[in-house]
Amino acid sequence: MTIELLRFTTAGSVDDGKSTLIGRMLYDTKSLFEDQIESVEKTSQARGDEYVDLALYTDGLRAEREQKITIDVAYRYFATPKRKFIIADTPGHIQYTRNMVTGASSAELAIIMIDARKGMLTQSRRHGFIASLLQIPHVVVAVNKMDLVDYDEQTYRDIVDDFRAFASKLEVPSITYFPISALAGDNVVHKSDNMPWYDGTPLLHHLETVNVGASRNLIDFRYPVQYVLRPNQNFRGYAGQIASGRIAPGEEIVAFPSGLTSKVKEVVTMGGNLDEAVMGDSVVLTLEDEIDISRGDMLVRKGNLPRKNNQIDATICWMSETPFDPKANYQLMHNTRLVRAMVTKLNYKIDVDTMKREEAEGLQLNEIGRVQLTTTKPLFFDTYNKNRTTGSFILIDSGTNNTVAAGMIRGVARDVDDLLDVTKDEEAARRQRSANVMWEAGALSQGERESLNGHEAAVLWFTGLSGSGKSTVAKILERKLFEMSVQTMFLDGDNLRHGLNGDLGFSAEDRAENIRRVSEVAALGLSHGNIVLASFISPYARDRAFARSIVPDGRFVEIYAKCDLDVLKERDPKGLYAKALSGEIPNFTGISAPYESPQNPDVVIETGSGDPEDLANQILKYLIAKGIINE
Amino acid sequence: MKGFQRSHLNQLEAEAIYVIREIAAQFERPVLLFSGGKDSITMAHLARKAFFPAKIPFPLLHVDTGHNFPETIDFRDRYMEEIGARLIVRYVQDSIDQGRVVEETGPYASRNGLQTVTLLDALKEFNFEAALGGARRDEEKARAKERFFSHRDAFGQWDPKNQRPELWNLYNGLKLPGETFRVFPISNWTELDVWMYTREEGIELPSLYFSHQRKIVKRDGVLLGASDVVYPVGDETIEEMTVRFRTIGDMTCTGAVESPAADIHAIIEEVASARVTERGARADDKRSEAAMEDRKKQGYF
Repeated sequence: MTIELLRFTTAGSVDDGKSTLIGRMLYDTKSLFEDQIESVEKTSQARGDEYVDLALYTDGLRAEREQKITIDVAYRYFATPKRKFIIADTPGHIQYTRNMVTGASSAELAIIMIDARKGMLTQSRRHGFIASLLQIPHVVVAVNKMDLVDYDEQTYRDIVDDFRAFASKLEVPSITYFPISALAGDNVVHKSDNMPWYDGTPLLHHLETVNVGASRNLIDFRYPVQYVLRPNQNFRGYAGQIASGRIAPGEEIVAFPSGLTSKVKEVVTMGGNLDEAVMGDSVVLTLEDEIDISRGDMLVRKGNLPRKNNQIDATICWMSETPFDPKANYQLMHNTRLVRAMVTKLNYKIDVDTMKREEAEGLQLNEIGRVQLTTTKPLFFDTYNKNRTTGSFILIDSGTNNTVAAGMIRGVARDVDDLLDVTKDEEAARRQRSANVMWEAGALSQGERESLNGHEAAVLWFTGLSGSGKSTVAKILERKLFEMSVQTMFLDGDNLRHGLNGDLGFSAEDRAENIRRVSEVAALGLSHGNIVLASFISPYARDRAFARSIVPDGRFVEIYAKCDLDVLKERDPKGLYAKALSGEIPNFTGISAPYESPQNPDVVIETGSGDPEDLANQILKYLIAKGIINE
Repeated sequence: MKGFQRSHLNQLEAEAIYVIREIAAQFERPVLLFSGGKDSITMAHLARKAFFPAKIPFPLLHVDTGHNFPETIDFRDRYMEEIGARLIVRYVQDSIDQGRVVEETGPYASRNGLQTVTLLDALKEFNFEAALGGARRDEEKARAKERFFSHRDAFGQWDPKNQRPELWNLYNGLKLPGETFRVFPISNWTELDVWMYTREEGIELPSLYFSHQRKIVKRDGVLLGASDVVYPVGDETIEEMTVRFRTIGDMTCTGAVESPAADIHAIIEEVASARVTERGARADDKRSEAAMEDRKKQGYF
């Protein structure tokens, strides 16, 4: 069995017990060695601690041990038979936002620690915000020190509710909550007997099973050239690590910035040439034609280009003691490219505790701001929310050569609205908007329509693989609702892609735009009092999160049509899987494009085994239980 | 390698190769430090893979304490020949003869600390700007905070409070004249990862790593191989034991473990269930709790 890799980061305030949690995970998974245990016991005794301080395993530097705080990002390792874990242990100290940003940049999961006695603190909000800013796909909220609140369920529930209310403003696709005691070991590695009211799994089980690679962009081929290999006249190869997507010999590529095209001849490695290479692989590509390519160039696919511009709109986190100087020249490192850059405008800074925008003259250490940059040569980039590798950069001080800022690209700089435009939804801000469109306050309100209809409006969002039976069940359900005199509206891929979305293909970007339009149509239908049944593969968690975000709380029902891929391949009513497997259909979800299963769907329908009629009834019961419709 | 899933070893390898290539691209005069131990052999293997079909575009440097195991030196010379790499050797003995360092005396003397001076002198001699090493963060507490690109001031010293943040896979190797970098491409590997990788890649290792009969001097619980420089003192005796080494360094401070593990499969099983860290057998780390941190600040790896 192959072992998977999960990189995660931990954040907490001073004394939340973060280091103790890590110590506990290492200890209970037997990842500590006798000499480490012995050395820690010695130190603990010498200091007069009453118990062995598990945090000592992780607080490495002498200054930290003396002051009992963690002052820099430390990396820890442990493994279980299923996974190897790389922990970026980041301090929660007020002045160390930069450390959490550093740890978060490579993490796929963040553990945010909350002390059960203190509840949510300003710093918990900051940690949540940074996780969202860095687009960490999975967040875990560990409510620690449950032993000190007598394992009280209500205390835990209140904290979960507080965090949930706050998290609705964040862009985090999945958040999971755990009541634990790191010191006593409750629900960390082993399930605790002290909290019979908690029916979930222990934290480690979640870490072992959470979907890895959820943040990976497997669609857009991006290959920043790192190094050119010319061992002899007959060989010219381009070494690099695939930033996203995949590539195979014979495929056409375009080289940026020259724009010259060629075909991939071979994917070379010392172990032999490959048939295919994917995101994360370090390889060497050779091309059919001799075209001029050097370090810093980027190879991409012909029909799927990054943006190219020297005016960049970005969010940056300032990481240097020397404050940001608007007049200074900086070097900007983006993938394998180094260019000069000027910050032409500082739009505003963001208070990490309240997420409010503030007018800013400059940026100090640990501050986060929205800026417009001009680079001397254009960058080839994607937005950070689409691609964490081609959407990120660092700024380097030209005098000291120190890394002074971390940046996340939002797009090409346009006239970005300043403070005046305080949009609640950052996602909406990122999407293109039509100028000068004002909302016409409707003459009829949603509430009026609902009381006429005699039921609440809602969006029932069916997601699942192609052929999983989403639409079949949705249609049966709609018929039942119709017979109950419920106002309904039906949206599915077939009826929308023929008209409204006829201009869209199946790249990740087009899929996102498809879902964005569908979401808006569904929201309109809802505001007109309908129960909208939307049946879309909608493979990306982020796109579904967007659909949910524009609908009022409690009115969005995510229904996961769960069916085994093998069953689908066999069932294959339209012969699509066969075509996808033979390569005839590219970017086919489940075969050559990813499907991110919902982490917390409202309803799961087992379409692999269940009878469609029963499954429709199952949803009907849910709607009645929620009070959306009456019996 | 079909589909998008990759094992942890594939991912660690890809990361290390990326870092090694960054070195070659960002620096004019890098060097790979080679001790003959499994980590540096793994590093050399990764460097070969990084530049295949070209040869490694920088030399390898070995600091010879003069107290190396003969097996290490034999292996080193054979391996360099096989991979066609350029090897530079510098000797601690020369530093002693030139009066650059003063050798510790007495039966417990070790040249381990002296290596630092020879190393720094060699880096200066060739004007190397970046030295790649096989250190891993899991080895020791002070290393857990080490960067991939570790910045050293003009005196070769490490300032734990003044290290550049490392975000995503962006490694800033820009530097002022006189400053250097130490670079650790296998930072994220553990001892077990290295062993599993050696098995997967079929990498040959010096015989010292595998179980063999050896004359041993037991000193403060550490099993040292008896030699010209390690001999019994006081009531210590020489015993014939079945041992192997988990790390290979200077004979004066590298302890063996009793082990029947004669091949790589047995070693992996042994490492997976080991209860003592590999550095636990090293006398140099036992000197004080912050021993490694102090040595790093002075320029030790």
